[in-house]
Amino acid sequence: MMDILDILISAGFWAATFRIVSPLIFGTLGELICERAGVLNLGIEGIMTMGAMSGWMWVYMGGDLWTGVMFAAFVGAMFGLLHSGFTVYLGLSQHVTGIGITLFASSLSYYIYRMLLPDATTPPKIDPFHPYPVPFLSEIPIIGEALFTQTPLTYLALLLVPMVWYVLYKTPVGLAVRMAGENPMAVEAQGINVLSIRTGAVMVGSAFMAVGGAFITMSAFDAFFFGMINGRGWICVALVIFASWRPGKALIGALLFAGLDALQVRVQQTAGAVIPYQFFLMMPYVLSIVAMVIMARKASYPKALLTPFRRGERT
Amino acid sequence: MALLAFHNITKSFGPLVANDDISLSLEKGDVIALLGENGAGKTTLMNILYGHYTADTGHIEVDGKQLPSGQTDAAIKAGIGMVHQHFTLAENLTVLENIMLGTESLWSLSQKQSAAKAKLAKMSEDYGLKINPDARVADLSVGERQRVEILKALYRDARVLILDEPTAVLTPQEADSLFKTLKSLTEQGFAIIFISHKLHEILQISTRVEVLRRGKIVGSVATIDADRAMLAEMMVGRKVERPSLEAMDCGKPIVRLNNVTLRDAGRKVSKVPKLDQVNLTIHQHEIIGIAGVAGNGQSALADLLSGLSIPNEGTFELLDVPVTQASPSNIVRRGVGRIPEDRHSSGVVGEMALWENLISEDLRNAPVSKAGIVIDRKACIERTNDLIERFDIRCEGPDAETKLLSGGNMQKLILARALAPEPAFILANQPVRGLDEGAIAYVHEQLLAARKRGAGILLISEDLDELFSLCDRICVMYHGKLTQPYDAKSVSTSQVGLMMAGQDLRQTQDQMPEISNTPVKESSHAD
Amino acid sequence: MQIEPREYVAPWRIVFAPFAAVIVSLGLGSILILWVGASVSEAYLLLVKGALGSSFALTETLTRSIPLIFTGLAATIAFRARFYNIGAEGQLYCGALAATFFGTGLIVLPPLLMIPFLMLVGALAGGAALAIPVMLKTHLKVDEVVTTLLLNFVILLFVGYFLEGPLKDPMSMGWPQAEPIIDEGLFPSLVDKSRLHFGFIFAIIGSVLCWAMMRFTVWGYEIRAVGLNTSAAKFSGINVNTTVIRTAVISGGLAGLAGVSEVAGLKGYLTLDISPGFGYTGIAVAMLAQLNPLAVILSAIFISMIYVGADSMSRAINIPTYIADVLVGLSVLSILVSVMLTKYRLRWR
Repeated sequence: MMDILDILISAGFWAATFRIVSPLIFGTLGELICERAGVLNLGIEGIMTMGAMSGWMWVYMGGDLWTGVMFAAFVGAMFGLLHSGFTVYLGLSQHVTGIGITLFASSLSYYIYRMLLPDATTPPKIDPFHPYPVPFLSEIPIIGEALFTQTPLTYLALLLVPMVWYVLYKTPVGLAVRMAGENPMAVEAQGINVLSIRTGAVMVGSAFMAVGGAFITMSAFDAFFFGMINGRGWICVALVIFASWRPGKALIGALLFAGLDALQVRVQQTAGAVIPYQFFLMMPYVLSIVAMVIMARKASYPKALLTPFRRGERT
Repeated sequence: MALLAFHNITKSFGPLVANDDISLSLEKGDVIALLGENGAGKTTLMNILYGHYTADTGHIEVDGKQLPSGQTDAAIKAGIGMVHQHFTLAENLTVLENIMLGTESLWSLSQKQSAAKAKLAKMSEDYGLKINPDARVADLSVGERQRVEILKALYRDARVLILDEPTAVLTPQEADSLFKTLKSLTEQGFAIIFISHKLHEILQISTRVEVLRRGKIVGSVATIDADRAMLAEMMVGRKVERPSLEAMDCGKPIVRLNNVTLRDAGRKVSKVPKLDQVNLTIHQHEIIGIAGVAGNGQSALADLLSGLSIPNEGTFELLDVPVTQASPSNIVRRGVGRIPEDRHSSGVVGEMALWENLISEDLRNAPVSKAGIVIDRKACIERTNDLIERFDIRCEGPDAETKLLSGGNMQKLILARALAPEPAFILANQPVRGLDEGAIAYVHEQLLAARKRGAGILLISEDLDELFSLCDRICVMYHGKLTQPYDAKSVSTSQVGLMMAGQDLRQTQDQMPEISNTPVKESSHAD
Repeated sequence: MQIEPREYVAPWRIVFAPFAAVIVSLGLGSILILWVGASVSEAYLLLVKGALGSSFALTETLTRSIPLIFTGLAATIAFRARFYNIGAEGQLYCGALAATFFGTGLIVLPPLLMIPFLMLVGALAGGAALAIPVMLKTHLKVDEVVTTLLLNFVILLFVGYFLEGPLKDPMSMGWPQAEPIIDEGLFPSLVDKSRLHFGFIFAIIGSVLCWAMMRFTVWGYEIRAVGLNTSAAKFSGINVNTTVIRTAVISGGLAGLAGVSEVAGLKGYLTLDISPGFGYTGIAVAMLAQLNPLAVILSAIFISMIYVGADSMSRAINIPTYIADVLVGLSVLSILVSVMLTKYRLRWR
């Protein structure tokens, strides 16, 4: 027990937590935006892979880091456009489309990576985002050291939480997005195009997901590996349910999750001899399932989630 | 120049011509009633006006300017406001949010909530439409939701207001107050298009009646020159005769509900149970009607009687056998025929064949299946052919896809499934909703024949006319509570209306001397 | 753009739909081939030759199709009930693990009993792996898509633990690998000097049984009714929860059989890479077959052709093997559209 307490008051643990949480925040917010508009985006795993590859590749090819992030976001938005073409305009199954996009986007990422770097045996590296200690704040013991010595992308992730909240709850476009997820006919009846609103939301959400993927190759690591998203996208989908589709709760859920993940790695180092490491690695996935189970009954889904809206169709 | 004019509007859906060369116009202060049966094309025409659909040919002019087709925002800008039959409100959002949507530029970085609130308050005052802007729509009554819909249109400066079957969900008293509102609006220069198939309302409120039949305008009369019989005949195309109820002594009790209470499943326990201490006895040879505004527990009662839900308290007896814990298949086997509220969503599986839908209630019994494992297709087809003939289902044969049937024929299929085994008890939940007169008459005939044969029938309907013409006794549901049954001959529409709004007639009997607290042989509590 | 339902769906459209989807996918895939600088026609010719051009190629293609038929059936049956089992990958490993657990000497029976026994335990293990998500769905309303997806990772780690711990082959020189299946449990070979094994026959039988179940039995009726309209099924007295659970167990069992056949039919022992995503590819197989169990055989053979053919194509013209996965991903998307176009028409205004 003492060991765990020691871990919990160490700055290293908290720093790791904030590092782990960043891609999850991007992904969870992205998924949340899509679902708030009524579209389940199971393309997330593939879009994160695509973002991880494309952002990294941009920088590897000589671009700078921030335009790399923007490029990843752009690529993500394009896959969002593809998703909404299928699910919003054609009204096709959101489940199957999402899985299809994940299969397509991840295999395309690997294909492009192999095409551009056919001979690389050890994965080449880029110069990633460096930690940027915020003046003064980073000198606060533990919390300051942990929270304010992160890379700029982590700060961006944390800033996005209140921004997404503000846009969803305090602006006309946010109202339209929420309404599109609750009752698309109400949006249509007020003269707003549901299909555009949903498409926009899916594109923005997918861009967020891609930046979440890019964080992994451009901030957490400096190289692209195969299978490096490793289910993080699916975890984000679970976190959205855990958060009851609210940005603030999404942050709390993601932090809780990342904290336990960071803890798991550290406990593994002390208790690894007794318990096989695989069981520690299982923790994130098991925890996500547990989180969904806890919240599932309370969850109030956006009412029109999974329901396509077809204009002018007789009901 | 007319305020609004339709010119030669035609619209078809596949082979069905929903609107056929329709032209009409209206001026300030007009109240045009669009009268027609279900499926006559009224709503389609309005959806074209409001930009939900695009007309195949023809155009619409507002103040002499052509309205761009298929654009709801253009219609709103031109001053058209629509109160949809199925409210277009997001239940989880507030009244203010529902009204403000679309009123500001989507890209502005903030919402002017307080200004909107002030405007809304002033409008509420001006038009006498009281509403709490911060209330969640889910917490509002049906009448209040309709008020929100009207305010939504007025907030966007509508000059022409379309109301699609606005009274279908209201109590008679609420409908009267709606009419008062509409009257004051027309005095202020609004024009109103009022869609309905209820003749007395149309005679009461409109200045002109346009009658639609099979997509065509078949008549246009000033309301002062019109009477009920004439309108009815124009609407249906022939004389309409409602079946009359043959006097009959009721027999032994078939269904008994004793103090049944049903609460919401899940963790969110709402204040009001879905069913609250309900008592009801249904006898042979009798039709009991359930009146009430939608959402007061009728669906819960229907679920209970169809075996879909198990009550938290109380008992349900069928032919003196307790079936409180029974499942739908169990209930059916014990002699209940069920007509569900929504035939598309819970009556049939549209993508399956006719014969498959006809056997869905006894899959595991011979002759439908052998040993409950393998379906005997031949036997099923035979049975289906027989039922197609007996119930006059117009279709391409037993293998036809069920979703291709017309509404009336689909309902006949459900009737065939429910009534062919000659059940002792029939639950008919909104059995004629959305049907045309021919199909309505057929359903009513079947129910009356079942009554004659000795079945007990529970008829749930929002249409008081239907209840009064078909039922022996009528109960009213309000907030999950069920009143005692009243003899349909000695209770009035307005009394039922008051009960639908939650007034307890037993306590206000002094003001209502005419109510006869009728001879229900055994008080339902006594059983 | 207006989407209008067709009143009449001509049968040729339904038959044509998967071919249209395949043509579109290959067409889009040709962009990637052009990027390498190769000739598209030559590349696809190489692909077909690599998959069907010799008896060796042909048997390889059929061998590879065996697990795909099983996982394709798993997805077909589950999707028919609108239960989105995306966890066939994990269930496959569960089946393989069970076959390894019992088949490496723990129980010894004559081959005629041993093989069915291994298939039974594998199917049970696969079904059991899906029991948790399906019960969570029916009883607690937890979405099955995410739980089945996440369980894939959990199960793979679980298998990894067994391969490095209790079931590790001491002769494997440190590789995470289980002891070989005993000879009595190995599937007999089907064609001499090839890797094609008896699992192919089992897969065909499985397809026919699934087809017969869907078409002729009460269970099949219930699965279809629940998938097409849950509330109507419930209203007419079908026990929806029982149906979904039963369907899930069958689906998981089929995926488990894929694992058994890979271990006892092809490899002979369990490693962590017996499946390069057969579970996920099974979804593509099922979609291309339009959820028809008999068509699953053809669509599995087709997809297996792409994988086997792409291997030899990539060697010949130096194109990354991921082209096969890209084509499979594309075909999932294009079959969605082409099936939709059988039922609806688009009208542009």
